[in-house]
Amino acid sequence: MSKTIETLDDVVIRFAGDSGDGMQLTGMQFTNTTAMVGNDLSTLPDYPAEIRAPAGTLFGVSSFQLHFSSWDILTPGDHPDVLVAMNPAALKVHLKDLKKGGVIIANIDSFDDKNLNLAGYQASPLTDNSLGNYQVIEVPITKLTLNALQGSGLSQKEMVRCKNFFALGLMYWMYSRPLETTEEWIKEKFGKEPQIAEANDKALKAGYYYGESTEAFAARFEVKPAQLKPGLYRNITGNEATALGVVAAAHKAGIPLYYASYPITPASEILHNLSAYKNFNVKTYQAEDEIAAAGAAVGASYAGNLAVTGTSGPGAALKSETISLAVMLELPLVIVDVQRGGPSTGLPTKTEQSDLLFVTYGRHGEAPAPVIAAATPADCFQMAYEAARIAIKYMTPVYLLTDGYLGNGSEPWLVTDAKDLPPIPVHFRTDPENFHPYSRNENNVRPWALPGTPGLEHRIGGLEKANITGNVSYDPDNHDFMVHLRAEKVKGIEKDIPLQEVYGEQSGDLLVVSWGGTFGAVRSTVERMRKNGYKISHAHLRYLNPFPRNLGDVLKNFKTIFVPEINLGQLSKLLRTEFLIPVVQYNKVRGLPIRSAELEQAIKDALGGVK
Amino acid sequence: MSTSNGNGGVTVKKYTAKDFQSDQDVRWCPGCGDYSILAQVQRILPELDTPKEKHVFISGIGCSSRFPYYMDAYGVHGIHGRAPAMASGVKTANPDLTVWVASGDGDALSIGGNHIIHSLRRNIGLKILMFNNRIYGLTKGQYSPTSELGKKTKSTPFGTIDYPFNPVQLALGAEGTFVARCLDRDPKHLQQVLLRAAKHKGTAFIEIYQNCNVFNDGAFLLLTEKDTKPDNVLYLEHGKPLVFGKENDKGIRLNGFTPEVVSLKDGKFSINDLVVYDEKSFDMAVLLATFSDRAGFPTPIGVFFAVERKAYEDMMTAQIQEVTKKRGTGDLDQLLKSGNTWVVSAN
Repeated sequence: MSKTIETLDDVVIRFAGDSGDGMQLTGMQFTNTTAMVGNDLSTLPDYPAEIRAPAGTLFGVSSFQLHFSSWDILTPGDHPDVLVAMNPAALKVHLKDLKKGGVIIANIDSFDDKNLNLAGYQASPLTDNSLGNYQVIEVPITKLTLNALQGSGLSQKEMVRCKNFFALGLMYWMYSRPLETTEEWIKEKFGKEPQIAEANDKALKAGYYYGESTEAFAARFEVKPAQLKPGLYRNITGNEATALGVVAAAHKAGIPLYYASYPITPASEILHNLSAYKNFNVKTYQAEDEIAAAGAAVGASYAGNLAVTGTSGPGAALKSETISLAVMLELPLVIVDVQRGGPSTGLPTKTEQSDLLFVTYGRHGEAPAPVIAAATPADCFQMAYEAARIAIKYMTPVYLLTDGYLGNGSEPWLVTDAKDLPPIPVHFRTDPENFHPYSRNENNVRPWALPGTPGLEHRIGGLEKANITGNVSYDPDNHDFMVHLRAEKVKGIEKDIPLQEVYGEQSGDLLVVSWGGTFGAVRSTVERMRKNGYKISHAHLRYLNPFPRNLGDVLKNFKTIFVPEINLGQLSKLLRTEFLIPVVQYNKVRGLPIRSAELEQAIKDALGGVK
Repeated sequence: MSTSNGNGGVTVKKYTAKDFQSDQDVRWCPGCGDYSILAQVQRILPELDTPKEKHVFISGIGCSSRFPYYMDAYGVHGIHGRAPAMASGVKTANPDLTVWVASGDGDALSIGGNHIIHSLRRNIGLKILMFNNRIYGLTKGQYSPTSELGKKTKSTPFGTIDYPFNPVQLALGAEGTFVARCLDRDPKHLQQVLLRAAKHKGTAFIEIYQNCNVFNDGAFLLLTEKDTKPDNVLYLEHGKPLVFGKENDKGIRLNGFTPEVVSLKDGKFSINDLVVYDEKSFDMAVLLATFSDRAGFPTPIGVFFAVERKAYEDMMTAQIQEVTKKRGTGDLDQLLKSGNTWVVSAN
């Protein structure tokens, strides 16, 4: 039976179920397949901090949202077109986000009294007409999976666990995706458990053929490949890209990479990825705590490695004293802060932009450190590389800010050719003639002199350094000089970073200024509004300390500076302080990306009804 | 510095203690036990076949942590308690270096307690010199985690209610593979133990009883003065019976699991009844470590425990070599282009 195929420009799907239902895996599989088909895509995994929250509860719901299209997209989408709800709790939690008229695919087998009760439903929403605004497709996913797997030799429980592959197969059919990518993945993943591999494969196919044969689906859809820039692509998460970025930087610098870290959500994947790259001259060190990770990284840097330590907010706080030491020692170090909701433990698995002021100022003493931020998951590669370049060139700790959304989210990455990466020259001092540990080059940078080098034996430390000799100095004028010198060194980096670019006109009524992981939401909003006749422009900052040297001039050319952030206005504060200009803030701190529609309304309000 | 020996090989220059003295003025209080420790380290380094540029001294904060400034070698004066963490980074990044940690009872056991135990557990090749003066010196006289219970200090005018650590027990409990105790005022013995520590694979931990003549003067007087030392100090020597006393007239025997101090003079016991020390015996080390807390027992000085276990940095290197052998030297371009990739071609 063949059904009509409708062509769509873009689709947002959200898979939602219990934490144990395999929704992250299902979403990643759909993502990989979609990438292979050639769509542009953007993803938003969202999962609870608990590993296996009690089944069926609202707080145990895990979801994965995917936006894919035939054109260049920038966000995972505000509102899903399709919600796959594996149980009542998933429906309850996510219904409010679904587009009016959107599709709900509900696993009716899980809509029993117990689960309805756990989700807080008095009556089944599938029967009480409360879903009248949506197209509900009821599918007995559990039962159909069990039927498909009869005789597989697996236990009932094992068979039930395959139901996410049934749902995945059904969605593959619905959106005309091939099964091969997932089939191959199953083969590889469950190679040692052929029974499980076969069952998952069967469930996947059963879901696919169910779509084909059931009357429930009137039509299926297709989304044509996107017109992306030609080249080789891979789908990549921000954390994967960060890991590759520092490996590439160390490789180009010709020195080993040393990654010291303590596991923390949502930064741990960087450690996982790098620990697998042992044959790339990479050392990973899982330290006893965040402080030790920073300490070991400083030690490795002293010994001549490209030292990187990754963490999230709470860990960044613990590392702070050690970063001050690195400022005093003037050793290269990259600190990756994959920001999450705070304060304290906050929202470990949710995204936020609330560490900007912390990494800019959160050290005792006058302890300047460069801060840069990635804009998209794939941009983490370039910015990690850039963080390493600045750290090495300027002998300084550098913060790279990403966030939970960037770290876990993914998008197609136009793979950089290794030979096209800019060089990162490293000069280890070897000449003992006239060697002084705190002498400076034209950029105010001191030499990197490694232990093991004959004739350069010297001592450095946290006590104030005498200019040039590096000996301990309590001299008041020397301290004043050194405090200024360290600040000037970091400020001087502005000469070495790109000028700030503006999307849209270079002057006008309103400039939206954003930074970090909100790029996609902000750019797509500005794009849409410009199409609708609004004369607004957008400047997205990737360099936050120092700012690009033309930023002051850029800002002066607009009547209103509008700054949306997932915090209470941290970049706004920095812009006001640095440039003495008024700034209109837009702050939503929900642990989720900014919603384009809400942002659009806020910009319209700021424009005061002027187009 | 090295010179060619004319046979294609290289001989290490013979250093003297003076070669390891930096040009910085030593600023410890006159009479401080730290001077002796510094001098003994400078004396033993020439005995090692290690060029001086390969010695790295890492410290934290405290009087002892000024140590690196006075050594003409590489050194970092770090932050409070974190010397083992930083030293672990140095050693694992470049296992070719000889990495020393100079630390005190506050630095190592209080603020840096976590790093000390994990270095010992990992068995990273660090030589940890823990100067124990049982007081906070640099902050001018508060009690430390090794101060005796009830001690009156600036922060405890009515006496401490903080039960102290026994550092040797702690190091043994943390899976240390070389654990020793020395006296600042027994330089010859300190030199011997330092030499052994320097040659040990993995973490070497030496607790050095060190007199702070300003804030805790005489803390170890019983153990260092000529007339009291023999009856209060038990030198541990591998393979030798545990004998002590002015006339070597006392010893340690085991009565079941219970150690006893016995006299060798009253005819009841002879040297053959005494425990023969075995530094490879963890049981013996743990038992002997309790002596310093037992009334009527001498304080053991020397190497409590010395066994071989693979050093962390060697396992790290081996694992990298093994993976590289299996997978080949990583090719960056291949890595970047790995995973599920697809090509978008120009129209």
